Amino acid sequence: MTTPAPVVPDTHPPVSDTRSWYRRNEIRVTPWLFLAPGLLFFAVYVIFPIFQSFNISLYRWDGLGEATYIGLDNYRELATDRAFETSFWNNIRWLVLYLLAIPLGLGIALFLNQTVTGIRLYKSLFFFPFVISQVVVGLVFSWFYLPQVGLLNVVLGWFGTSLNILGDPDLATYGIIAAGLWPQTAYCMILYLTGLNAVDPEQVEAARLDGAKGWRMLWYVIIPQLKPATFIAFVVTIIGALRSFDLISIMTNGGPFGSTRVLSFYMFEKALAEFGFRMGYGAAIAVVLFLIMLVFIAYFLWSMYRDEKVAR
Amino acid sequence: MRSILTAPALLGLTATTLLTAPALAQTGPQLSGELKIVSDMSNPAPRAVMEGLARQFDEMHPDLEVELEIVDREAWKTQIRNTLSANPPDVVNWYAANRMMPYVNAGLFEDVSDVWEDIEGLDAVKGALTIDGKQWGVPYTYYQWGIYYREDIFEELGLEEPETWEQELANCQAILDSGRKCYTIGTKFLWTAGGWFDYLNMRTNGFPFHMQLAQGEIPWTDDRVRQTFANWRELIDMGAYIDDHQNYSWQEALPFMVNGEATAYLMGNFAVAPLRDGGLTDEQLDFYQFPAINPDVELGEDAPTDTFHIPAGAQNKEAAREFLKFVTSAEVQTAINAGDALGQLPVNAMSSVDADEFLEQGFEMLSNNATGGVAQFFDRDFPAEMAALAMEGLQEFMVFPDNLEDILQRLEQARERIYAAN
Repeated sequence: MTTPAPVVPDTHPPVSDTRSWYRRNEIRVTPWLFLAPGLLFFAVYVIFPIFQSFNISLYRWDGLGEATYIGLDNYRELATDRAFETSFWNNIRWLVLYLLAIPLGLGIALFLNQTVTGIRLYKSLFFFPFVISQVVVGLVFSWFYLPQVGLLNVVLGWFGTSLNILGDPDLATYGIIAAGLWPQTAYCMILYLTGLNAVDPEQVEAARLDGAKGWRMLWYVIIPQLKPATFIAFVVTIIGALRSFDLISIMTNGGPFGSTRVLSFYMFEKALAEFGFRMGYGAAIAVVLFLIMLVFIAYFLWSMYRDEKVAR
Repeated sequence: MRSILTAPALLGLTATTLLTAPALAQTGPQLSGELKIVSDMSNPAPRAVMEGLARQFDEMHPDLEVELEIVDREAWKTQIRNTLSANPPDVVNWYAANRMMPYVNAGLFEDVSDVWEDIEGLDAVKGALTIDGKQWGVPYTYYQWGIYYREDIFEELGLEEPETWEQELANCQAILDSGRKCYTIGTKFLWTAGGWFDYLNMRTNGFPFHMQLAQGEIPWTDDRVRQTFANWRELIDMGAYIDDHQNYSWQEALPFMVNGEATAYLMGNFAVAPLRDGGLTDEQLDFYQFPAINPDVELGEDAPTDTFHIPAGAQNKEAAREFLKFVTSAEVQTAINAGDALGQLPVNAMSSVDADEFLEQGFEMLSNNATGGVAQFFDRDFPAEMAALAMEGLQEFMVFPDNLEDILQRLEQARERIYAAN
């Protein structure tokens, strides 16, 4: 401080900030404050139960008395449980076959994407199955499949055959998946219809000038532009396939002899239904189901992260 | 529906019969406070009965306030756990035998052996409420199982109620030859197949054997069990059951009998009401006891019992005990089980059975011709997990009898695990 002070007086206020801590950090803190309720509930109702399920799956517990720690015994039992095996493969069937809803939905969307009088009415009729409840869809299809009197068997009767789809352990799961595809296709269709609105007409025009039409136009010009719609359709279809519980419960109740169960239904039967209350075993099934879901969750998160990075 | 129409009449009936029996109220202790009852009698007729009971008990005890909550019967089967452990009322509905075992073991039901000392006439059903030599609740109604059949079709074909297995098979052949099926059944919800197994096993190997099997003391691969399935297979191979029964619930199987496509139905007495609603008159409908198969065994019967219990955490146990005595008394039993009320059998031997063709036959059968013993039903006698697995196997057997060996091996594996764990 040996240099002489400047003659000009310092009229600025002192640098030290008198604002409160919140005021000073407002920009950084506010987003977290807005996120806090969501994060809190997500932690309490999603994250915590996941770990709780892992924990319960190590016990033998009827939900009432004392829980006994049995290590990995529940998982060992799962490995030899044929009902579990059936449920597991049915889950895989659901996941794979349900994806048919995406091409089917795209097909219907392309078909309906034209200007004809009353197209709005046709579109809403096609969308209708998605609006009605899964329970109703299940009921309608189980009547459709009814042996002897169901519409399907009346038609098959004209050709001298009959098929008891829901009563046949080899066919029943496919019958239920077909019922599930009906509303799911409608859902994918609506996603693609909105996607088609966003297709750039100039690109289509340019492609046409270059001589592209038909399948090549669809594959190289239209579908790449529908990528966001396809991604969402994929996500909702996977989620739909994992939510197959209501249809199964209504149409076959897991039968005949357990051949249409999926993991979520089996878990419910073992842990929460009338003859169940093996909480540990149910939790072990839930953990396996969670691991299957984790594959998809990881993929979804990864692709969203990738898109975010590109956007920045 | 018939039951809805008669509900008001019934209320009047219970009111008068109960009011003319004020002796109960005077002998009982002075009750006060609140009595909370949770009941699963949610169907229209039972609901009216339960509401009548609660109102009567309330009027008999001026200082006592009876609070009744009726929950859906199916929902109650899973709700009871939370109710008993979280916020126990004073009285709840449940089922006898193995179905009450988890709650007895978990200490959630009150030992009511003292109540049993005060009530008379319940000896016949005492066993079903007894675990470890103590009683854990009281019954309020039960009903017979047996074969309900189309009397008019039997007459048309010149058939008589069979008493032996040979007659049964011969009858069935005659029915099949006339272009009908012998039995209707809907196995979608599995338990109906359990009824057939109960009877075939009790007739082939006797009641004690059936109970030993239920308690896990006999392997499923035992030759005697195989004999039961061999007898069953005779019917299956004849084509005695309606086709595609795995698609139907028990209610969906009723029209086959009403339309005359099938002739008989092995069912509980609760099937009578819908059959009558379906248009069958008492001249067209009749009942016979499941015929004997092995002449060396005494006849055992299925007669599921519904019950009242006091949760261990109840607040007003004194009033609850009085309520149990009230419900099981001879007068109340007569009134609530009458044909226009529950339409079932009274549990008290000193009450009278309503003048109804099926109730009378059932009461007669259970009182005099069930010397082997009275079982509760497949899914109440076997531990829950065993019952669920086994009934699935029974359904599979009825559709694919050739899978028997695989089914029995599977059940035997399950038996070794399930009973060892308990």
